[in-house]
Amino acid sequence: MARKDTVNALIRRGVSAKVSEALANANFKIGDLKKAPFELITQFISEEDAEELLKLIGAKKTHIDKDQLKASKKVTPKKESKKKVKEVKPRMDFKMPDKIPKMNEFEKSISAMAIKMGTPLPMALIQKVAAKINSLGMDKKELDIFMKEVVAIYKRRLIDSNESAGIVSAQSIGEPGTQMTMRTFHYAGVAEINVTLGLPRLIEVVDARRTPSTPMMTVHLKDNVKNDLDKVKRVASNIEKTQLIDVASVETDIENMQVIVKLDTKKLTEKNITVDEIKASLGKERKLKSDVQSEGKKMLVIKAPEVSFRKLQQIFEIVRDCKIKGIEGINRAVIRMSDDGYIIYTEGSNLAKMPELEEVDPSRTTTNSITEIYTVLGVEAGRNAVIKEAGDTLDEQGLTVDKRHIMLVADIMTNDGDVKAIGRHGISGRKSSVLARAAFEITSAHLLKAGLIGEVDALDGVAENIIVGQPVTVGTGAVNLIYSPKKRRNK
Amino acid sequence: MEFNVLEHEMVPEHHLLSEDEEKAVLKGYKIGKDQLPKIRKNDPCIKTLEHIIGDEIAEGRVIKVVRLNPIAGVSVAYRVVIRG
Repeated sequence: MARKDTVNALIRRGVSAKVSEALANANFKIGDLKKAPFELITQFISEEDAEELLKLIGAKKTHIDKDQLKASKKVTPKKESKKKVKEVKPRMDFKMPDKIPKMNEFEKSISAMAIKMGTPLPMALIQKVAAKINSLGMDKKELDIFMKEVVAIYKRRLIDSNESAGIVSAQSIGEPGTQMTMRTFHYAGVAEINVTLGLPRLIEVVDARRTPSTPMMTVHLKDNVKNDLDKVKRVASNIEKTQLIDVASVETDIENMQVIVKLDTKKLTEKNITVDEIKASLGKERKLKSDVQSEGKKMLVIKAPEVSFRKLQQIFEIVRDCKIKGIEGINRAVIRMSDDGYIIYTEGSNLAKMPELEEVDPSRTTTNSITEIYTVLGVEAGRNAVIKEAGDTLDEQGLTVDKRHIMLVADIMTNDGDVKAIGRHGISGRKSSVLARAAFEITSAHLLKAGLIGEVDALDGVAENIIVGQPVTVGTGAVNLIYSPKKRRNK
Repeated sequence: MEFNVLEHEMVPEHHLLSEDEEKAVLKGYKIGKDQLPKIRKNDPCIKTLEHIIGDEIAEGRVIKVVRLNPIAGVSVAYRVVIRG
């Protein structure tokens, strides 16, 4: 918001709002104004204003001859051309996917009729109507009468202007919420993966927590893999994070100042890991400075560089936690059969790393961590995630809440381009009105701060107007009736 | 190969509007650009869209989002690109 900053800076120096707006619109900044020749400034504001402006910002009046004026005219007002343009390489392998189902001819004709009547109907409604009347063979006149009726009913069912939809949503989610089981943990229908559900989960979703208390991923596999259990098992072992301690026993040998790793060959073959791989991943550990020596096929020995118990303990910890295989953050992977081949469910979540695995279908793989979906797939996916997670949590408890209420919540949460929490740290805490914020939580802190910095409340919202005792600007309060009597006709 | 996030089933269609289309949309809603919902310039979808059209998407451009909606079937929303 460079423009806004310029306007504010000018107003602070005593320049009138109108003049500063005009200058900011011409892409001037304060620094430019000080250097800019007088003629250039007067192109955008009057000469008197310009003289006053120069006095206020403490700049000298400079003149230029006509040739320079022409040259500078081209450059200075268009600041954008000076900006570094980032080169973006077009990528041929990236295509715009087509996800929207197409309407057939009959549906299109119905849709066109509705648009002609001045009310475009939503696609789902058109498809429903088309399916019902398709076989009836109505002629044009009948169809016209029928569609008029459909449009009339649709219009009647639309929400009224100025209806307070937010309050209706809040109550529609809040009331069934009172019937939710307070604290439930549930084995998510599939596998032995523990997932938070019920009220704690709903709170988690609405609070936009960075990490859910039980992160979980659903990993879909590509068509050539998903029906082959052996391949799926291999993928699962590649996803699951395996530390050295999972496939070996690690001991400290104090007598010889060394750490001994006894490998479990059975587990190694199960997880498809070779001894060389282990040595390689131990070699990658930066903190581990001493060499790894093999002793026979099943033993590795790491000697401490000096006689120090502290060092030995450090080496022991590094070796024990050394990551051999898998993806950071994923503690367990469970394979389940579904209608659509095998699916891997994971405990722990790392969506960003999933496309790196060849066998995984990245376009269907999801997680229950909303922040992760937001960072990897963007706001719109974040919005969908909020709707899905909140909706699923309510459904699972047997509560029926209309999807549109949840959509409204998700819309508000993602309105600013990121996923914000509802509540003190999110939406409610960022309201522009002091009184509305004070009415919500930590009243005294908000009022005190507002008093200190001299905040002004425009009394636009609902809460403010209730506090002040005015009619609120929703429903009938949003419209004003003005009666203007007709002038009497001269007889 | 990097993954095209627009292909993910949770991501709706994103389209860049031309300036004429922008004007028509704003006129239709009778609002200013700052009243539209926002999308960040660093959003993965914007970055992918930049790769597809082969040009930078400047702040202030409007993105049309075509969502699949369980109730209306298809719904169209608009987001304005902001810094960040």
